[in-house]
Amino acid sequence: MAWTQKHLLDIESLTAEEITTVLDTARGFKAVGERAIKKVPALRGKTVVNLFVEPSTRTRTSFELAATRLSADIVNFSTEASSFKKGETLKDTALNLQALNADFIIIRHSASGAPHFLSRVLNAHVINAGDGAHEHPTQALLDAFTIREKKGKIAGLNVTILGDILYSRVARSDIWTLTKLGAKVTLCGPATLVPKTFEQMGCRVTYDVDEAIRDADIINLLRIQHERQRKTMFPSIGEYTQLFGLNKARFAKIKPDALIMHPGPINRGVEIDSEIADCSRSVILEQVTNGLAVRMAVLFLVNGGKV
Amino acid sequence: MSDTTVILDATAIQRALTRIAHEIAERNERSNEVALVGIPVGGDHLAARLAKILAGIWNHPVPFGILDTAMHRDDLDQRMAPTIHPTIIPFDVNGKTIVLVDDVLFSGRTTRAAMDALNDFGRPKKIQLAVLVDRGHRELPIKADFIGKNVPTAADEKISLLLTEAGAAQDEVILKKK
Repeated sequence: MAWTQKHLLDIESLTAEEITTVLDTARGFKAVGERAIKKVPALRGKTVVNLFVEPSTRTRTSFELAATRLSADIVNFSTEASSFKKGETLKDTALNLQALNADFIIIRHSASGAPHFLSRVLNAHVINAGDGAHEHPTQALLDAFTIREKKGKIAGLNVTILGDILYSRVARSDIWTLTKLGAKVTLCGPATLVPKTFEQMGCRVTYDVDEAIRDADIINLLRIQHERQRKTMFPSIGEYTQLFGLNKARFAKIKPDALIMHPGPINRGVEIDSEIADCSRSVILEQVTNGLAVRMAVLFLVNGGKV
Repeated sequence: MSDTTVILDATAIQRALTRIAHEIAERNERSNEVALVGIPVGGDHLAARLAKILAGIWNHPVPFGILDTAMHRDDLDQRMAPTIHPTIIPFDVNGKTIVLVDDVLFSGRTTRAAMDALNDFGRPKKIQLAVLVDRGHRELPIKADFIGKNVPTAADEKISLLLTEAGAAQDEVILKKK
């Protein structure tokens, strides 16, 4: 075991050993989800706050269920119903939640670094559930868990991430996670959304989609993040689908054992053909199942972490 | 390594397990109701060995499983998170006499966690406890039904079970003085 972190703020600062510890721990929690009694008392008496200052359904629900299965009490706190609208700062909101003896704060925020800021002003454990275009650590961990479970390893695999990389926190966390674990990561998409500077993170950038997916063991499709784009980065959705969408013609040319992944929500007919999303090589729904186990593992591990 | 003593060698471990198996057989007349559940690390291999010896005594296979106790510990926010080992219970525990098997009985807290964890799988008719070494220093009202060897220890000494199944050169129980 090698986990001493009090928070999970990003993947960039984790070691390969720490990432592997999360994946190993998650395997145990996945088995719990397959039992008749799916609940364990590991976080009994603890209070978890879901502080989502940006809309999310699947991540929030996944953390909520993870906390519940660990016997913690969970409070959901979303922008719509909160005092942010009344002008309260993030710090004040968080301090109020801490005054209610919250032990864990799971934060999603549109500003990169918001979880890091909270970890400096709070005593509670802070878990990043997505901050701006920076990182989404639990998504990357569940992606790595899914790949390892399906392929038996991560080191040496060719992973292609296709789509909007520039505005994607999932892409950044995936790149950190997979390169640390020894995978060869290729990025592909419209040049405006896949800047060459990403090569500094240890991956390869190409704009030739057919070449990018030909030797891939894993094809991870990303949604176009309309809400984060300041101006039009490509001419039209139709053109994106034609040039970069995973359609049947491209699907026919990929490796026969390549896995199709997507962090969701999927846009059928845009980045992925509807039938491909539902085919047997698509592990999109298994990613959701594994996300629950990974989030239980993260809560379990940071609970033991001290500063 | 002058402060390391061998408490049980391979022959003594085998003899202790054989005796425990006979005691389990003596205590439980309905052999088809008995199943063994080992607590990792150590107890899982001992449960497998005991199941084999018992199968020879009873002339029928004896089910055994592995039960991880990490998620049921009472000190999870006071220590680094423990390693989670796979739990494999390939039988219905309802109505069974479950013999929990652990290598060393110390504070009794692991046994308490194991009893809680086992209840997530059903309601055994009885739970009994078999340990290879009882070293004292109990912190809970827990007592073993079957004991390989009683070893008086100081609280800061460490007892380790080495088994060939776990990669050791030979079976041994060793005591390290601090």
